[in-house]
Amino acid sequence: MSAVQNLVRLEKVSLRYGQGPKATLAIDEIDLSIRRGEFVAVVGPSGCGKSTLMKIISGLVPISGGVALVEDREIAGPLKSVGMAFQAANLLPWRNTVDNVMLPLEVVEPHKRRIGSHRAEYVAKVEALLERVGLKGFGSKFPWELSGGMQQRTSICRALIHQPEILLLDEPFGALDAFTREDLWCTLRDLQRERGVTVMLVTHDLREATFLADTVYVFSPRPGRIILRHEVDLPRPRDLSITYSAAFTETVQLLRSYIHH
Amino acid sequence: MNRLPTYVVWPALFTLSLFAIWEIACVSFAIPPSFLPAPSTIAEAGWNFRSTLIDNSAVTLWTTLVGFGIATFVGLLLGAIIGASRGLYEALYPVMIGFNSIPKVAIVPVLILWFGVGSLPAVLTAFLISFFPIVVNVATGLATTEPELRDVLRALGATRWEIIRKIGLPRSMPYFFSSLKVAITLAFVGSVMAETVGSNKGVGHLMLSAQAAFQVPLVFAGLLALAILGIVLYAAMVIVERRFTGWAYR
Repeated sequence: MSAVQNLVRLEKVSLRYGQGPKATLAIDEIDLSIRRGEFVAVVGPSGCGKSTLMKIISGLVPISGGVALVEDREIAGPLKSVGMAFQAANLLPWRNTVDNVMLPLEVVEPHKRRIGSHRAEYVAKVEALLERVGLKGFGSKFPWELSGGMQQRTSICRALIHQPEILLLDEPFGALDAFTREDLWCTLRDLQRERGVTVMLVTHDLREATFLADTVYVFSPRPGRIILRHEVDLPRPRDLSITYSAAFTETVQLLRSYIHH
Repeated sequence: MNRLPTYVVWPALFTLSLFAIWEIACVSFAIPPSFLPAPSTIAEAGWNFRSTLIDNSAVTLWTTLVGFGIATFVGLLLGAIIGASRGLYEALYPVMIGFNSIPKVAIVPVLILWFGVGSLPAVLTAFLISFFPIVVNVATGLATTEPELRDVLRALGATRWEIIRKIGLPRSMPYFFSSLKVAITLAFVGSVMAETVGSNKGVGHLMLSAQAAFQVPLVFAGLLALAILGIVLYAAMVIVERRFTGWAYR
């Protein structure tokens, strides 16, 4: 057993934007740890610093206080082993689906050096992943030829293709209709189980958090503090029908009681 | 016989009827050719002076294209630099706006003073008048890159240059190519203007000479040649634009 059980560990982490008396505190002394392979959901009211937390873990913004460790090393800059997806799919309109998913491979070592000479191998890898999320045969389509759900699937593939240690998702399903959203929950659930990837999902949707996560953190309004850490003890694998069970509803209600607007 | 598409038929019909009305008006109101020559007179003058017209049009086309080429290169480079760096954007933008506000016709005498009468002032005028829209458009395309997209790449450890190359530049290409349509017309205006103020070649110079000799039909033939050149250059840019940024027009 390796000593590195926790992939991410935050101890009394604070973050303020700006300086001097005008500085606003976005995150206030957060303690949080994420095990390797764990699925964590972060919920809370708008502007509570959920997205900021994501930026801290990905190394995009430096913290103002406390200790932030990934693999027991302090976060000093962008991590390379993260994959990110947002509410907007942010696909590049001049690239087809395969080339969109390929983007991280053109930036991250060692793929960056190999991609020129081993293109066929990488295309096959991308096609396999696309097939896995139900986009078989859509590789040569351009973003505008895809539905919103398909675009979001592509975006998640792009976040996963370079096999990141941690997948950071910022309300990835927020702009989708209810049926597509539940469909994508299942896709994400299966991907996470198969690949064993660690996931941090930021969301407004308590049902989504309950259905997908091992652990749910509830944030207070700004400045963000953790007011509840709840381990979801619903059995896995979870089927969509579980969302109609009493245990599920109880969990959602518990989470809701901690959300103050 | 194949049926011609409407985007060919309608403009052709409209242009022909315009010339027809012009012709009829000249004949029925007995307008003297020294004031407004009829299209037939202009065509005749154009035919009689065809070699002079073609030679001078070639010169104008050449100076326009060279000036435009330089403007494209400089505009792309400057736009990329300004769009990529907020500091440079703030430092250079006011200066460029100031420079762009100067009517370029006021610069031509300076250029002639420096480089003498000839093609060089025309090339430089074409360049100076046409590079600004290219700079602005490329810079805008780069500066409006979605922050989330930038974060995706930044979190992967991408360098600033990689982000520009993978996202910023391709993204600003529609802006760039649409600015070329504006720039080519401006470059054309610039070179003809410089030719008119001081040159010994080009359509601008030809028209000035014809005017001095009271060859009014030839002046109009020169105008017509300019209009045709302008349309051809613009159409070429549209084709280039469609060819390279088809993804932005679906």
